[in-house]
Parts: sequence; structure tokens; C-alpha cells
Amino acid sequence: MTDEPEDRVGTEPPPEKGFIPSGEQGIWRSLLIPFLAFVTALTIGAIIIIVSDPDVLDAFGSARFFTEAGRAVADAYRGLFTGSLGSPIRIFDAVRSGDADLLVGAFRPISETVVQATPLIFAGLAVAIGFRAGLFNIGAEGQLNAGAITAAFVGFAIEGLPIAVHLPLAVIAGFVGGAVWGAIPGILKARTGAHEVIVTIMMNFIALRTLDYLLRGAVFQRPDRPDPISKMVEPSAELPGLLGSRLRIHAGIILALLAAYGVWWLLFRTTKGFELRTVGSNPDAARYAGMSVGRTYVVVMALAGGLAGLGGAGQVLGVTKFLTPGFASGIGFEAIALALLGRAHPAGVVGAAFLFGMLRAGSTQMQALTATPVDIIVVIQALIIAFIAAPALVRGLYRIRVKRELGGEIFTKGWSG
Amino acid sequence: MRLELRGITKRFPGVLANDGIDLDVGEGEIHALLGENGAGKTTLMNVLFGLYHADEGRILLNDEAVTFASPRDAIEAGIGMVHQHFMLVPVFTVTENVMLGHEETGALGILDRSEARRRVDDISQRFGLHVDPDALVENLSVGAQQRVEIVKALYRDADILILDEPTAVLTPQETREMFAVMKSLVEIGKSLIFITHKLKEVLSVADRITVLRRGRVVGTTTPGEASEQKLASMMVGRDVRLQVEKGPASPAAPVLQVEDLTTLDDRGQVAVDGVSFEVRAGEVLGVAGVQGNGQTELVEALTGLRPVDAGSVRVEGRDLTDAAPRRVFLAGVGHVPEDRLRDGLVTEFSVADNLVLDTYYLSPFARGWVRDEGAVRANAEELRTAFDIRTPSVDVSAATLSGGNQQKVIVARELSRPIRLLVAAQPTRGLDVGSIAYIHERIVAARDDGTAVVLVSTELDEVLSVSDRIAVMYRGRIVAMVDPTEVTREEIGLLMAGSTTEAGA
Repeated sequence: MTDEPEDRVGTEPPPEKGFIPSGEQGIWRSLLIPFLAFVTALTIGAIIIIVSDPDVLDAFGSARFFTEAGRAVADAYRGLFTGSLGSPIRIFDAVRSGDADLLVGAFRPISETVVQATPLIFAGLAVAIGFRAGLFNIGAEGQLNAGAITAAFVGFAIEGLPIAVHLPLAVIAGFVGGAVWGAIPGILKARTGAHEVIVTIMMNFIALRTLDYLLRGAVFQRPDRPDPISKMVEPSAELPGLLGSRLRIHAGIILALLAAYGVWWLLFRTTKGFELRTVGSNPDAARYAGMSVGRTYVVVMALAGGLAGLGGAGQVLGVTKFLTPGFASGIGFEAIALALLGRAHPAGVVGAAFLFGMLRAGSTQMQALTATPVDIIVVIQALIIAFIAAPALVRGLYRIRVKRELGGEIFTKGWSG
Repeated sequence: MRLELRGITKRFPGVLANDGIDLDVGEGEIHALLGENGAGKTTLMNVLFGLYHADEGRILLNDEAVTFASPRDAIEAGIGMVHQHFMLVPVFTVTENVMLGHEETGALGILDRSEARRRVDDISQRFGLHVDPDALVENLSVGAQQRVEIVKALYRDADILILDEPTAVLTPQETREMFAVMKSLVEIGKSLIFITHKLKEVLSVADRITVLRRGRVVGTTTPGEASEQKLASMMVGRDVRLQVEKGPASPAAPVLQVEDLTTLDDRGQVAVDGVSFEVRAGEVLGVAGVQGNGQTELVEALTGLRPVDAGSVRVEGRDLTDAAPRRVFLAGVGHVPEDRLRDGLVTEFSVADNLVLDTYYLSPFARGWVRDEGAVRANAEELRTAFDIRTPSVDVSAATLSGGNQQKVIVARELSRPIRLLVAAQPTRGLDVGSIAYIHERIVAARDDGTAVVLVSTELDEVLSVSDRIAVMYRGRIVAMVDPTEVTREEIGLLMAGSTTEAGA
């Protein structure tokens, strides 16, 4: 039994509607819990770095312990941030000298962060739009792979088209592949009531195994290779690089940001988005208001699948240029976490995707510079999610009073469908 | 046992739920606690029952200060509570339910059912509660389940019994029986705290009445000194009209024609059983009945929310049998749903969005796919003024509004569309006296404008005062069609309980 008044009267912040949430509470308010969750996760991560560093443990009990501990944590996090954002001094020097090699080196970390963030944005939107409609889309992983398969197929099977035709075709193929994959759980839920969590999980396995199977088949497998690897997509289907050929950042990020804006516009500015949010918040009221709950489920899942499929297309057309087993593994699952972190808001998803992109890009550098294993990043991500999913924990920790947190609600709502 | 509450204060974030409340309940007294929703009645009782801890104040039992850390402590001290929503296990027998949490055990901790059964039977006989110790709770009527709750409290030797809105689910006859039980309890020295918002009941059964408003005691009075009008003014804080003012109806052409309508409930049982009736433009047809006699399903079938099994529904000659909700709406049917929080509102959405919940896709609120926020807001501001919706802004979420204002949002939305028929189910359930009067006025005004109205309510007073004709439903059938000016409460009560009289027309 919780202490709740029988009839709560008071003012709450208006529901967030702008692309950048604003109003009296402002953007800072909506960022507070995620930010504190991140800081807390880094703090606990620091403790784990300390206890997992043999040098620090050797120094335990001696005066050197604190300096050693400080060094270990500082080194690890310096690696993490310079690996994901670059070093300001190097960027400054490179820009001043104008030397191409220096510039590439200085901007590579940021480029890598963006490259990592791109598919996360797409997949995160796929999960977020599901949350908004009251659906727990665990299937971004499978939808992303389905989209990558169809995009890659169009990318290598058709030859001789100009880029202006071939590239859009391949991207659209990615969307369609993901949309079909996503629509199946939607249809099953609408028609039979099958829970989307179960079905999307199964669809993930099917997509991953289908990819494995195709990579061993004549249509996809590269003729001169014995291992499971697909043919290269045609250059006319590749997403062009944004900063030359030596940095991996590609046009997919532009598509991703457009998609985020498009999802926001759809959700908050259109009648279809109103229906979607109504179904998500209160399916009974949606039915009462004459909306078709089942059709909304199908459309939302198809759209979510399509967005994840675009993520897969971006990955294969912009980064890898070919498919391998598990070529994008984990993105769809990280997407669930970052959709929660971004509170199922498109702008929040973009922010969270960049944060996770940073962690992904920086972790390699961190491991190279220090003894800290990459796995610490997984721990930090998990901690962030734990704190986001339990905002009461963060609030208690920092003694802040927040009236209502959307994140936690979304998390629980997903299971009730 | 004598109970005194001294200066009880309970704060919730942003709300002062109880503000220095003093309350005395003497031995052998029925003390009514009267107040609108949100006045702090339930909070106060939860403090007394150990569910909440008061921020300030003391509880005295027979002049001795006590503190309750949990309901268990309160029960030990002799306080029993019958909640509005029963806490019974449907598949257990009455005896098992009563024993639950207070099991009689013999050697080796084995349940001693026969002893418990004997005591349940004994309590039941002594106070005229008429419960069969061996009946399964799921087979009992709502009234009987409530009596089981009372047995449960008495079984734990409660001297002070809190009854939270006990009559909300009862027929007039059951209510009378309930009052008889209450009288027999106080005769042997038990004390009762009777929570309600029904003025008539308070005046007929209470010894003393304490009125709460906004977390404070407005005053304590007795039925001898008070009148309905006076109590209503104390509750609301200003004078309110209790009687709906309305002229005679001038029914015109039939708008709604229902023939042999049959629908099933969620469990597949026949809920509405071959019902036929007609509602004309400019009249209010009241549908009276005890909760659960098919009214809910009838309303859902009329509004397209429940499949029709047989029969037909026509609105202005158009066949709307089994039509999708949207078609029903577009045919000019407004619907104030029974459960406003479940069906009528999306509480996370702003007041403005809730005011266009079923018209969001129509001009001027949308052009094609694109919503026109300006038009939505303008509409909201207009309705906020026209329907006196009390909200700091139309942008706050509907969850922040009081129940009365939430209901005004729904009524405003439905009545601001061009409708020919209004189906209003329990439109004033749980509302304060002021809001009830307002919503009744609006319904009568809609009638006077030539709208046909179906008003479904389990509140007899509401049906009697607002309707022009009354259909009484019992077990899925309309057992009588009566004229509210020619029928007494007693007669309707009997019809609601299933006995047929000559009152039918």
C-alpha cells in the first residue's frame, strides 16, 4: 500500500509535444534523470575498474592505493572519451595545420561515434514508436537483419543502374524488408491476440538463422569464398561517405535524423499519430473514440520494422558493404535500452543513440590504452538502464522530487498488452 | 469502545489530505462521515486503520493513545474495516474467507474449520446477517458478499467498524436490510463509522454526522438538526440545488428504436435479453436497475462497442445494428461512458486533446492527416468556458483534473458535437453534489434542444429526477416502463429487485 492521495489535484508539466521538449520545466528537467543515471553508472563503473585492475589491487592498503585507483579510472575514462569524441588539442592542431592526415586522425573518433549511432537511431525509433503505441517491440534486431538482407540483395543483384535510382531502391528495399518482418507480429497480435513480445523474439531467431542460411546459398554467398559472406553491394547502391573515403561516417546519419524528425512529426502532428498514442495510452478509450486498435497495431509494427530495416540497410550499404553472420549483432537489443533512456521520444532516442554510440566507439580505444576490458561498457550500459527503469532509485539517491516519470511507465506498460 | 481522533493531519506531495481533523465516535453510535470525493474521508479512515501514518495528531481508544503501524495493529485494537471494494477470495467458502489471515488451528497447526464455521454461523444469526458459512463467495450476491465482509470484521472482535460507502452497490431493499444490521450492531455497543455521500441515508440512519470538506471538518451535526439542503451546502461550501429544474418533455419523432436486442457479456452469458424500446427526440429515457443487470452491455451494444447477438438498433431510421463505433458516432450518437477513466479519457493527454478524442480527424481539427493544433486549442478554450471546466490550463493532462471536471470534459465533448441521441451511462458516478447538479442541467438542456437521451443509472434519485420515462432492467430484460411522476421509490426498488407489479405500462 503506497501513500497516495485519494484524489490528486495539482499542476503537472504539460505532456511533451515539441521536438525538443520545452515549457516551464524545460529541456533540462527531462534530461535530469537520464543524466544522473549516466553519472551514477559511470561512478559504479569506476569502482569496477578499480577492483578489476591488478596494479590497483596490488597497492591495496598502501598509500599508493588512491593514486593508483585514480590513475586507473582516469586512464580508462580518458580513453573512453578521446576514443569517442577525440582530443580537443589534436582537433585544434589539425584544423590549424590543415593537414589531411592529421584531420582524419583527429576526427576519426567522432566519425566512429556517428557511425555507431546511426543504426542505433533507426532501431531505437523502431522500439520507441512501439512503446508509444503500447507495444513492446523486442524485434528490432530481427527487423534490422531482415532489412539488411533485402537491401543487400537489391544492392548486389541489380547492376548497371545510376546511383540516383539504385541507392533509393536499395534503401526502400531495406525499409520494406523490415516492415514485412515487423508487420507479422502486428498482424498476429491484432488477429489472434498473440503477445508481441513472444512473437518478436521468435522472429529475431528466424531472421538471424535466415541470414545464416542465405549466406551459405548460391544467391547470396560470394562465389570465390568458402566462408559465409555475401557478395559486395554495387558501388551504385552504396551510401556515400560524408567526409571522404578515409572516415567511415556516411549519409545514413542524415537519413536517421530525418527519420527521427519524421517520427516526431507523425506522432505529435498528425491524426495517425494521435490514434497511435491513444491506442498506446488507453486502448479502451481508442475503441470508444472509434479508432481501430488492431489496424493501429499492424501499422505501427510495420512502421517500426521499416525503421529498423532502414538501420540494417544503412549498415550494409554504408559501412560493411556486405553481409556476414551477426554483422550487426546486438544493435536491436541495445535499441530497447536506448529507447527507454530516450523516454520513447524521437529526440531522446537520437540523444541516447549518440551516447551509446560514444560508449561503443570509445570502448575500443579504452581497451587499447588501459587494461580495462570492453565489457565494462556493457556493465555501464546495463547500469544506466537499471537506473532509468527505476527512476525512484535515482530520485532517492539525489533526493530530487519529480512528479511523474514517463520512462518507468512506458517500461511497465509494454507488458500489459 | 470510544474513539477519539485529535488533530489528524496527513500530507501528500502537493496536497493536504487531512488538516487537523477531530472526530469523536461514542460507544453504540452510528457516526456518519460525509464529504465529497477528495474531501479526505478515505484518507482519514486509512490513517485510523493503520494503512497510512498521520503526520500529526493522535488516536485515542477509551482515552488511551494508540499508534497503528499496520492494519494488523488496528485489528488487534478492535477496529474493523469493510472496504468499498471487497477483499474476498471468490473460490473460497464464506468460512474460509472469514478465517483467512486469522486461522483457527488445532494440534499441529491443522485448520479447525468446524470451530470457525460454528462461530461464523453464530455471528451471522446474532446480527441477522443471513450468510451461509458453506456457500462459495463467487455464488453470492453483492449484498451478501458485503455481509461476509462484516462477518469477517466481527469474527476478529471488532468493536469499531468502518463501513466505506457500503450502500453504493445495494438495491434500496438491501440498503434497508443493511441499516437494520447496523442498528442491531450498535444496540450491543459496537460503534460504526459510516462513510457515504448519500444525504438521505445519512439522515435516516446516523446518530451524528461529521462533514468534511477539503481535508477539514466543516462541522458535526445530528439528523434532527440537519436537512438534505443544509448537509449539501456544508459539503460543497455554497448553496446547491438538489432538485433538477425541468419543464415537461415535448417528445417528437422517435430517434432511437431498439427491437428484440440481445447481447452477450464477456463470459458469453446472455446479458441483454430481447429488449425493445423507443426514445423520442426531446425526452429522457431513464434506465434503472441494480448494477450488473445488463445496462452496461446494453449501452455498449447501442454504441457499437459490443457485438449484437440478435435484434436491431436504429437511429433516425438508419440501421446501426452492429455498426462500428465510428459509424455510430457519425450517425449523431453521443456517448458518455460508464467508466470515464477506462473509456472516456486518455488521462496522460492534455485536456485539449481529450476534448477532441473522437472528433480529432474531422474539420476543423485536422486537414487530411495533419492536425490543426490552433483549432484544437480554440475549441478547448471555448468549451472550458462554456462548460465551466476548472483547470489551470487546457494543456495540463486530464489526470490532474478532479473527477467532476473530468466528467465535464467528456460531457462537453459529446454535447458540443451535433448529436441526435445522447447515451449517458452513470454520468454522475462518484461526482460531488455541485457537479451532479451541473451535469443534470446539461442533460435536461440537451433534451430541451430536441436531443433524445438515454440515461442509465443505478442511482434511483438520479433516474427519478432527470427522466421523463423510466425503463427498469432486471436480469437483462426491461421488466417495466414507468412514469417517474406516478411511481414511488419503493415500487421502483421492488421492480429492480425482480418482483413484477402492476406499475408496468
